Amino acid sequence: MDLLNNILSGSIPMEAYLGVSLIMFFAGVYGFLSRRSMLMILISIELMLNAADINFVVFNRYLFPGHLEGFYFALFTIAIAACETAVAIAIIINIYRNLTSVEVGNLDQMKE
Amino acid sequence: MNFLSLFVLIPALMMMGLFVSNSRKQIQFVVATGASLLMILSGIITYMYFIERAAGNAATMLFTADTVWYAPFNIHYSVGIDGISVAMLLLTSVIVFTGVFASWKIDPLPKEFFLWYSLLSIGVYGFFISTDLFTMFMYYEIALIPMYLLIGVWGSGRKEYGAMKLTLMLMGGSALLLVGILGIYYGSGATSMNILEIAKLHIPIELQRYFFPLTFMGFGVLGALFPFHTWSPDGHASAPTAVSMLHAGVLMKLGGYGAFRVAIYLMPDAAKEMSWFFLILTGISVVYGAFAAIRQTDLKYINAYSSVSHCGLVLFAILMLNETAMTGAILQMLSHGLMTALFFALIGMIYGRTHTRLITEMGGLMKILPFLGVSYVIAGLASLGLPSLSGFVAEMTIFVGSFQHTDTFHRVLTIVAITSIVITAVYILRVVGKILFGAVQDAHHEHLTDATWYERLSVVTLIIAIFAIGSAPFWISGLIHDSVIPVIGQLAK
Amino acid sequence: MQYTLLILVLPLLSFIVLGLVDSKWKPKVAGTIGTVVLGIITALSYYTAWEYFSMHRVAGVYEKLIPYNIEWLRFTEFLHINLGILLDPISVMMLVVISTISFMVNIYSLSYMHGEKGFERYYAFLSLFTFSMLGLVVATNIFQMYIFWELVGVSSYLLIGFYYTKPSAVAAAKKAFIVTRFADMFFLIGILILSFYTKTFDFSILTAEHTTVFAGSAGATFLGFGVISWAMAGIFIGGAGKSAMFPLQIWLPDAMEGPTPVSALIHAATMVVAGVFLVARFFPVYYFQTPEVLHGVAYIGAFTALFAAVIACVQTDIKRVLAFSTISQIAFMMVALGVSGYDGQEGTGYMASMFHLFTHAMFKALLFLGAGSVIHAVHSNEMKDMGGLRKYMPITNWTFLIACLAIAGIPPFSGFFSKDEILSASYEFSPYIGGIMTFAAALTAFYMFRLYYSIFWGKDYIIKAAAHGHDDHGHGHTPHESPFAMAFPLVFLAGVTCVAGFIPFGEFVSSTGAEYHIHINPTVAIMSVVVASVSIIIATLMYRKPTATPDKLAKTFSGLYKGASNRFYLDEVYMFITKKIIFNSVSRPLAWFDRHVIDATMDGFANTTQWVSVKIKGFQSGQVQQYAYVFLLGTLLITAIVLIF
Repeated sequence: MDLLNNILSGSIPMEAYLGVSLIMFFAGVYGFLSRRSMLMILISIELMLNAADINFVVFNRYLFPGHLEGFYFALFTIAIAACETAVAIAIIINIYRNLTSVEVGNLDQMKE
Repeated sequence: MNFLSLFVLIPALMMMGLFVSNSRKQIQFVVATGASLLMILSGIITYMYFIERAAGNAATMLFTADTVWYAPFNIHYSVGIDGISVAMLLLTSVIVFTGVFASWKIDPLPKEFFLWYSLLSIGVYGFFISTDLFTMFMYYEIALIPMYLLIGVWGSGRKEYGAMKLTLMLMGGSALLLVGILGIYYGSGATSMNILEIAKLHIPIELQRYFFPLTFMGFGVLGALFPFHTWSPDGHASAPTAVSMLHAGVLMKLGGYGAFRVAIYLMPDAAKEMSWFFLILTGISVVYGAFAAIRQTDLKYINAYSSVSHCGLVLFAILMLNETAMTGAILQMLSHGLMTALFFALIGMIYGRTHTRLITEMGGLMKILPFLGVSYVIAGLASLGLPSLSGFVAEMTIFVGSFQHTDTFHRVLTIVAITSIVITAVYILRVVGKILFGAVQDAHHEHLTDATWYERLSVVTLIIAIFAIGSAPFWISGLIHDSVIPVIGQLAK
Repeated sequence: MQYTLLILVLPLLSFIVLGLVDSKWKPKVAGTIGTVVLGIITALSYYTAWEYFSMHRVAGVYEKLIPYNIEWLRFTEFLHINLGILLDPISVMMLVVISTISFMVNIYSLSYMHGEKGFERYYAFLSLFTFSMLGLVVATNIFQMYIFWELVGVSSYLLIGFYYTKPSAVAAAKKAFIVTRFADMFFLIGILILSFYTKTFDFSILTAEHTTVFAGSAGATFLGFGVISWAMAGIFIGGAGKSAMFPLQIWLPDAMEGPTPVSALIHAATMVVAGVFLVARFFPVYYFQTPEVLHGVAYIGAFTALFAAVIACVQTDIKRVLAFSTISQIAFMMVALGVSGYDGQEGTGYMASMFHLFTHAMFKALLFLGAGSVIHAVHSNEMKDMGGLRKYMPITNWTFLIACLAIAGIPPFSGFFSKDEILSASYEFSPYIGGIMTFAAALTAFYMFRLYYSIFWGKDYIIKAAAHGHDDHGHGHTPHESPFAMAFPLVFLAGVTCVAGFIPFGEFVSSTGAEYHIHINPTVAIMSVVVASVSIIIATLMYRKPTATPDKLAKTFSGLYKGASNRFYLDEVYMFITKKIIFNSVSRPLAWFDRHVIDATMDGFANTTQWVSVKIKGFQSGQVQQYAYVFLLGTLLITAIVLIF
């Protein structure tokens, strides 16, 4: 009931945000581990990154009010995530061209 | 810089010369000059050594020099020689020299072959002139590594397998050795790794009990100690001629030399305590190698097993821990080095002509290849210990020396070892009878040509050396005997 | 007597020169060099003998002279191999024997081996053999003797295998070498034991009459026998190997594969008596320290004498008959040594043994050279291809007859005198040994005349050859007398055989070195002559003309006959031991063991490492998701650990 009160009163506790990010992160992990398609994996990675972003922002807002490093870091991450997605999609397209498939199960040449 | 370092420097210069040479003529010129220089140098060293000893210099090692190499670990580059090293240097020079001529027309990649060959000789020479445990070990490793490539690239038959097996087993031995050397260094509490320094200190007997077997077995692997001898048949069988010569002739001697100079010299107490166990192992080597040789059909296998038997005798005699037997052991190293090199050279030459090494596929070669045939008979007679050839001198010194042991167990073991001379006669004569005498087996062999001048040079040099030791053993025996005394002194302490 | 060194150096030089030039010189030159060198050596030996024996005795005995003795190899403070020359009556006597026979054989071979491939090699080996044999007899210490002992072994190997393209010759050479090598192993062990207790190799110390070197070994035993007995038994086995005593005699008959002059030199006259010489050399040690071993020598000798004589009666190859006869005669010498006493007249056996060695060398070489002459003429070794040759080869016939009479022990030929002494010494020792020896002597006379009649009498050779249709093999030509180079040695040796018996041998050679007067024991002498004559008469009746008696006898005693013709299956026993037991049951499993157990263990280490690495390799699947999964689990695990602790 505390939680509900807090939400109603407009002061949401930090744990709620962390809870959301935790769920997002493990949804990402689950997706990363269980999906076969590279696109889905990429999406899962994005999910995890975003979960991390939330954490950055939340910790900055709640623990160090008045500082801005966390926000900056979140922005960096978003930018990097964008770049990374672009690179990853390029790689995936190339893989698709070569293998006509984006299944990760087929990609095990790395072991040799 | 001591002039002993020339032994390492000349092969290094040979390598440089080889880098810049680009025709077979130039390569041959470089290696022949280098090998001859080494021969001359070892002759000069021997002469100087005798002069110095005659002048009354009674130090354990002569011509010593010492340079700090890596101060934090007390590693020095220190050299010095005694009579045993002189004998070994002579042996190495003869074999390097003859090996060059035995592989005069090596194909393919002559340049690379001789590059590795020179590196190998650096290792061997360095080992014999070092008096520092660390540099000794380093040179030992230098000698082992080129072997892998030399066998793997220029070998025959199952060469990858042979090369891998040889290298791995010897590396295993050197791992034991490294532990042993570190044990000696820390156990003695010495402030340098110089053998002469360590010999003055005392390693506690409890530590010796651990490190003596490690060191002895480490060197024993190279000296074909039973049951670590199996690299020898496979390795030798697949190695090219000159490598077999150098390996069986010199590299296997590193084992005996090291066991003598490091294991027994530095840890005499444990040596006295544990010699019985290793004596049994080496006794087995001697008889077992000879028996196993009877059954083989490949010339190189026969010779490899015979090496197991003869090198077993070296370690056997060293473990008798008395001066006559030890002198005999060093003589046996020399003698075995020369005759096994001769054997491998001849086998290589015969194989180069008949393209087979199986004794069942050859016959009557004496008529077709008289020079090689006669030389093979001489090598065989040396191996079975005919007087006037080197084998006799070495074996008799060992047997007489071993038999002077006051313990009956040792004397009985000596008699067991003596039986090997009969078995040796059996397998040598079997081979000689099969391949040289009788009727020609293969019609294609009728048109083979006898040895060329460079092959003759190589064979004749070895035969002369065998005769020189066998007919006039007094000088070399005296040379070695004087240098065995310090070890006996350690044992008596 | 410094010049005696030349006796050793010259043949060695001759060997080196002839061996190095090999076929670059003309055969004739090589033959001449070899023969001339031998001539010089013979002259030197005779001169040595003359000078030595004309020296004054010191205190009634001949001195031992050592003109040379240099240290060759030092083992310990006391033990060192010296190379030197020891002159005493027996070594001087041996010098004479060896150089004479060797010289004769060299002359003989000029013609016999004429045109053979490897003529130069043959002469080189002959020189090597002569060098080694001379070095053996003049050895000053036991190790020098061992050195030359091995060298004669190898020259014998080389000469038996002279026809190296012939498999049987190669096999025979190998057999000879390995059997004698086996015996030499015991010799070496004997030397080691002896030197361990006495601290010396030196003959002059070991065989001195009142030596103290054995004091250290008093009471020392091994497995119930005195250590010195073990040593001396070992040394005797070495001698038995070279001298073809039972059961090590198997190599000698096969050694007949070598050229016949070689058989005459090495396997009849000189090398095979090295064992006798060895026992004689050590005689004081045997007599004073280990009489039981000496008696063993006598028993083994007696058995061998009889055994070989029985076999010789049925062999058909003439050289093999002579080979078994040699074994038997050497056994006579061994028996004589075994039964001998030491002092004064008790030393009959020793003197007789040396005397028989001397006379036997002459007449047995003569027999072999005669056989060679016959073989040269008819190109066969088999008795059945011969007969009636006396008409074609008168010199060979007469000289062969003289030798046969000598070996049978008919006076006045040399064999009678020496054999008679042996028999009387045997009877003094024990009537049983004496009886056995007399029987062996009777057999000797029988088989020698069987041989003689089969070659020179009986059915005519030409008729036989025609009947067997041998013409197409080139056997049909008329046999002719041998040329001068072959005939001269025959005549010379026959001459020696006729007169050698009258040499007052005992004045030169005796056990103590003191003068010994040979006196013939009339009972023994008459008996032995009668027995020999009866045997000869029997042989004459049976073989002079072709009769059916031999076949009948062979049928009656078929078991004995078969056994003897197959040499009592001893070779088969040896083959069984070497092939089946050593080769198949020891060596083969050992080689298998090495490959499949020891080597497999080593390979096993490598394979295990590889197996482990294959198993671990699975972790690196290349599946990024799998890595991430492991990574995640790891992180969680670490987190949990951190939280808990």
